[in-house]
Amino acid sequence: MIRVEKLTKRYDATTVVDDVSFEVERNSITVVVGTSGSGKSTLLRMINRLVEPSSGRVLLDGADTRSEPAHLLRRRIGYVIQGNGLFPHRTVAENVATVPRLLGWPDERIQARVTELLEIFQLDPALYAGVLPHQLSGGQQQRVGVARALAAEPAVLLMDEPFGALDPIIRAKAQEDLLAIQRRFGTTVVLVTHDMDEAFHLGHSIAVMSEGRLLQYDRPATLLTQPADSFVARMTGLSDRALKLLALTSAGDAVLPGESEGPRVASSASLREVLSELLWRRADSALVLGEDGAPRGQLTVAAILARAHP
Amino acid sequence: MSGLAITAPRERVDRLGLLLTTVGAAALIGLPFVVFKSNRIVPGEPRALHEVLPLWGALGLQFVLLGNAAVALGVADARRRLVAALAGIVVLALAVAAAANALTPPGNKVVRIAPGGASWVLLLCLGLMATDAITRMRPRPLVRVLLLVLTLAIAGAALSRGTFDNLSVMREYAVNAGRFPGEFRRHVWLAGGSLIAALIVGLPLGVLCHRVPRLRPPVLGTLNVIQTIPAIALFGILMAPLGALAARLPAAAALGIRGIGAAPAVVALFLYSLLPMVADTVIGLRRVSQAAVEAALGMGMTGSQVLSRIELPLALPVILTGIRVVLVQNIGMVTIAALIGGGGLGTFVFQGIGQNAIDLVLLGAIPIVALAFSASVLLDALIETLERSGSASPGAAS
Repeated sequence: MIRVEKLTKRYDATTVVDDVSFEVERNSITVVVGTSGSGKSTLLRMINRLVEPSSGRVLLDGADTRSEPAHLLRRRIGYVIQGNGLFPHRTVAENVATVPRLLGWPDERIQARVTELLEIFQLDPALYAGVLPHQLSGGQQQRVGVARALAAEPAVLLMDEPFGALDPIIRAKAQEDLLAIQRRFGTTVVLVTHDMDEAFHLGHSIAVMSEGRLLQYDRPATLLTQPADSFVARMTGLSDRALKLLALTSAGDAVLPGESEGPRVASSASLREVLSELLWRRADSALVLGEDGAPRGQLTVAAILARAHP
Repeated sequence: MSGLAITAPRERVDRLGLLLTTVGAAALIGLPFVVFKSNRIVPGEPRALHEVLPLWGALGLQFVLLGNAAVALGVADARRRLVAALAGIVVLALAVAAAANALTPPGNKVVRIAPGGASWVLLLCLGLMATDAITRMRPRPLVRVLLLVLTLAIAGAALSRGTFDNLSVMREYAVNAGRFPGEFRRHVWLAGGSLIAALIVGLPLGVLCHRVPRLRPPVLGTLNVIQTIPAIALFGILMAPLGALAARLPAAAALGIRGIGAAPAVVALFLYSLLPMVADTVIGLRRVSQAAVEAALGMGMTGSQVLSRIELPLALPVILTGIRVVLVQNIGMVTIAALIGGGGLGTFVFQGIGQNAIDLVLLGAIPIVALAFSASVLLDALIETLERSGSASPGAAS
């Protein structure tokens, strides 16, 4: 879907992004994580050419992104930034309609799309379409920012620290919304963050960057079990890596045959959550329920612990 | 009057009201109400209120002024203060007009009766009371414009009815009635024309300075230096090149470009206008949320779309502030253009100075003040309306 080849950005003597290559799968969420100054934002901005690379190239569906004017490329790629960047003088509906308008969609289609998106993002169009951004709460503004980025149905969505300005509760909600939206539209998402927990929570793949270099690009579990170097290991968190690993597997994926008198857990719960529940209740095993509520099997503390190491 | 202040026992005496009452009372006692001149040139003779008005008129005016003092000292409600002040101004103006009518022998066009020190000071005090009340009321922009229109309409109606025809300023107007409308239009044209020229050049120059930060210090520095040149000196500096241009190019001369006259005046005003135009455009653009600009670019707007749809609309209130400064400044400065044959209301001011006829100076000066004040109120209202509509509300933190 997105192929980054030997991408490098230099400003005078400093190299901000240094020879980075990786490939993003279609319909997946890839999280680029790193400390500030690691070059992660510059890397993202080179994908939609807000920053032009010094060398290397980006292929989108096999085509070099430089084969069309930058502004036309950007209209095909959703873009969300921290603090959302809503236009303060435009209403919510006008903000969401930005890219469809640039693309010259007919009015009825724009109207229908805006209404659809506001409903998806739990913003009643009757109440919110006509208000200005400063009349919204922080969480609502953030949702409008994402809705605006998705308005023209882009195949790719780039997000630069999209939840950085939100408080923890609203941030958790925004993350769940993103996962739901991504499943619904199958959008290919590249998200930049400095928050490792966010990366593990959202990412199908994680790219760890430091000082402009890509240290490791892997599945989250691989990052934990086989960190490329000590920096990646420290970034992913040595103290709770066993629990992080458990958090990556759902009860449904680890369920074993059998019955249990213990607490009932949903198959969508992570092993970390199931373990916590078992410890809290001083139980040895839990009954795993499917989405339909029927028992699917059981999980024991021992079985969970067996998955907590490489 | 101190007795009246006690009628509001728990409230502290209004300080502005106390000042205005003291000054107004002192002026009414110590200064002439009107000044009488048997002709235009001779020095005036002071006349007190009771000398020029019948007893009931003089007492009536004093009664109204006492009422004003009571309101100024003891009433906190801004609306009542405004109504009282406006009523006071109307009554005062009518009293001055009545005094002029009483002092003018029938059919005599030679005597000159002008408002005296007391009238001017009282007008100033009541004017301050009214402006203070309006400020306290914080009226919506539309209300302020309506107040302005109402004031102008009342003044216009009184003038066209001939209420003040026996006052010296209107005597001067009657003498110059043929020239006045032309010079008035010329004044507006000179001020507005140089503003439009400054807008056409200053706005793009400001955008350029914003986009290319390296240009900012030299451009703003140069414009700053121009601002420090005195107007008369700038006229002088411009005379030589414009004169030479007219001599070389007959086409330029045909357009009215000469070393003296309107051309150097417009050019000088244009040059003075550039600094506020460019500086405010730069400030306005810098104030635009960088997150909004970044998002606009990231969603595929071209550079000119970002400028026209995001940056300029968001910078508009600040740019309009620049336009306001320029317009008010120009309306005042056009006056000097009369010195080099540029015309405008300044013609009356400088003729009046030359003839030692203060009334002729006022014939030029009062419309200039009214024009500048009206322009300021109108543009302020426009700016505030835009700000209320959300244009200027700061973007979310980036």
